[in-house]
Amino acid sequence: MTYFHEDELKYLEGVATRIREKIIEMLLEAGSGHSAGPLGMADIFTALYFNVLRHDPKKPKWPDRDRLVLSNGHICPVQYVALAYAGYFPLEELMTLRKIDSRLQGHPHRGTLPGIETTSGPLGSGLSQAIGMALAAQMDKKKYWTYCIASDGEHQEGNFWEAVMFAGKNKFLNLILIVDRNNIQIDGYTEKVMQLEPLRAKYEAFNWHVLEIDGHNIEDFVDAVSEAKAIYEKPTVIIAHTIPGRGVSFMERDYLWHGKPPTKEEAERALLELRTLGKRIESEHE
Amino acid sequence: MLNKNLNQKLFDKDVEQIPTRNGYGEGLVVLGEENPNVVVLSADLTESTRAEAFSKKFPERFIEIGVAEQNLATIAAGLGISGKIPFISSYATFSPGRNYEQIRTTIAYNDSNVKIAGAHAGISVGPDGATHQATEDIAIMRVMPNMKVIVPCDVIEARKATIAAAKIWGPVYIRFGREKSPVLTTETTPFIVGKAQLLWVPSEKRKVKKPDVLIVGCGPLLHNALCAAKALEDEKINVSVMNVHTIKPLDEDSILNHAGHAGAVVTLEEHQIAGGLGGAVAELLAKKLPLPIEFVGMEDTFGESGKPNELIEKYGMGVGAIKDAVKRVIKRKTQSV
Repeated sequence: MTYFHEDELKYLEGVATRIREKIIEMLLEAGSGHSAGPLGMADIFTALYFNVLRHDPKKPKWPDRDRLVLSNGHICPVQYVALAYAGYFPLEELMTLRKIDSRLQGHPHRGTLPGIETTSGPLGSGLSQAIGMALAAQMDKKKYWTYCIASDGEHQEGNFWEAVMFAGKNKFLNLILIVDRNNIQIDGYTEKVMQLEPLRAKYEAFNWHVLEIDGHNIEDFVDAVSEAKAIYEKPTVIIAHTIPGRGVSFMERDYLWHGKPPTKEEAERALLELRTLGKRIESEHE
Repeated sequence: MLNKNLNQKLFDKDVEQIPTRNGYGEGLVVLGEENPNVVVLSADLTESTRAEAFSKKFPERFIEIGVAEQNLATIAAGLGISGKIPFISSYATFSPGRNYEQIRTTIAYNDSNVKIAGAHAGISVGPDGATHQATEDIAIMRVMPNMKVIVPCDVIEARKATIAAAKIWGPVYIRFGREKSPVLTTETTPFIVGKAQLLWVPSEKRKVKKPDVLIVGCGPLLHNALCAAKALEDEKINVSVMNVHTIKPLDEDSILNHAGHAGAVVTLEEHQIAGGLGGAVAELLAKKLPLPIEFVGMEDTFGESGKPNELIEKYGMGVGAIKDAVKRVIKRKTQSV
């Protein structure tokens, strides 16, 4: 088990809350975009950019950096905010999301914004791109890790399972897949739209090592990554159970918040809740 | 009069015939030796796309994907943005057919350095039938931003195109045929991506100042164009034949120059007449130099099983059909004056 100093954990949880606040602010400003997914993944993005990844925001093209592929590009607001807080670009730029001439495209585009490793949005194609990056690392004898974040809904894409099959056969040891298991997609709850369960059994049948965690527990996530790195004979998937809209009570678990931004009034309520949450975290660690 | 740079035996009955896909295979081996970053991916069609020689010689740089063209494109996309130069091998109906969106998002928009090799393109695929005869691939690739499109006319040009594709940055689509086709060029025939080339011009003996028609073609069908040019000469009709192996970027200057000189154009391709080379040339001429054009190619129809030459004749891309198109366009030219 990873030992986190209490101060460090408190710091990371504080970052996650600040990321959530900024997501609400930028979605309000943008007037369109996805709310639930980005809020649900704020803890994991915090853990990645502020603890797990080997990266240097001042050198976004450093050849030995760990790669993070966001397959479900529509949750990019959380990645944009994490990148900005990590120092890849100025925080003010977040307010240009989805606006003309912005580097913050509605879905991520490689080549304009530092820290974005690939273009994504159309679902089901991120894992295979991550596989390509991991293959390149193997050929070049490089030590970097490739992480792929995918949604649960995109497991309905054929391309996704082509990639799962390929990685299982080729026993990738430098690839870690993180699945945001939040149970929602645009048309409703995943099991109602198109059943994904038994997800664990499916991965195991494809020769993957499977870990399941609470996606809001940063310590658990960091532990899972450590375990994944110790598994040599199989690629590892971390199925992170998350609550969509996490941190904003009226968005939590409601699929209707998958693809829309808050109104001004809703944003104010959300920010109030998040700021209260921030204080609660501080008091828990006092 | 045949360009001196070409195979001077190309009108012989026993002209050497080799499929263009073989040139792809040869080019890959040359590249494998030259550049350690060249990698080849195959979707269960390693032998028939001619990626096999590379796979044997450089097994550590060959990746078998299985029957999964979407994975083929997207794994290559990841490699192409990680310093590799991936070539993806399949049949054109599957790649860029089935994986169109993956190519659009993860290769073209992503500007990943992937080279797409579409084998078994055109109707001359033959007995496999229309499911395996790609006749829309040029159209779907040439409208894609960041994509370059090359259609080699013979095995030697196919090898040169494969090697050249690795040396230019960014996504490239190269189209190959299944069937044996005449060797038109030689080792010393110049090949530059984006530079069209005249294969035939009216004979000096005929003392004509300009050709009556410019035939603009691509791919192995250019052999039929040359046969038509030769036959038309006997009927006192003078044409030029241009090899536009690069559909994108189009060699606008050469096409405008020679089309203007002739005053009428016939386009020729083993592809739908909509959206392919003919479409590209028509767009150019409509913008800059409106002239009568006739199109030789597939007329908004799918192919069928049959022998390659039977299909070429039935679907109107034989020597006779080209001659007819030339005569039609000449008639329009005189009418419009």
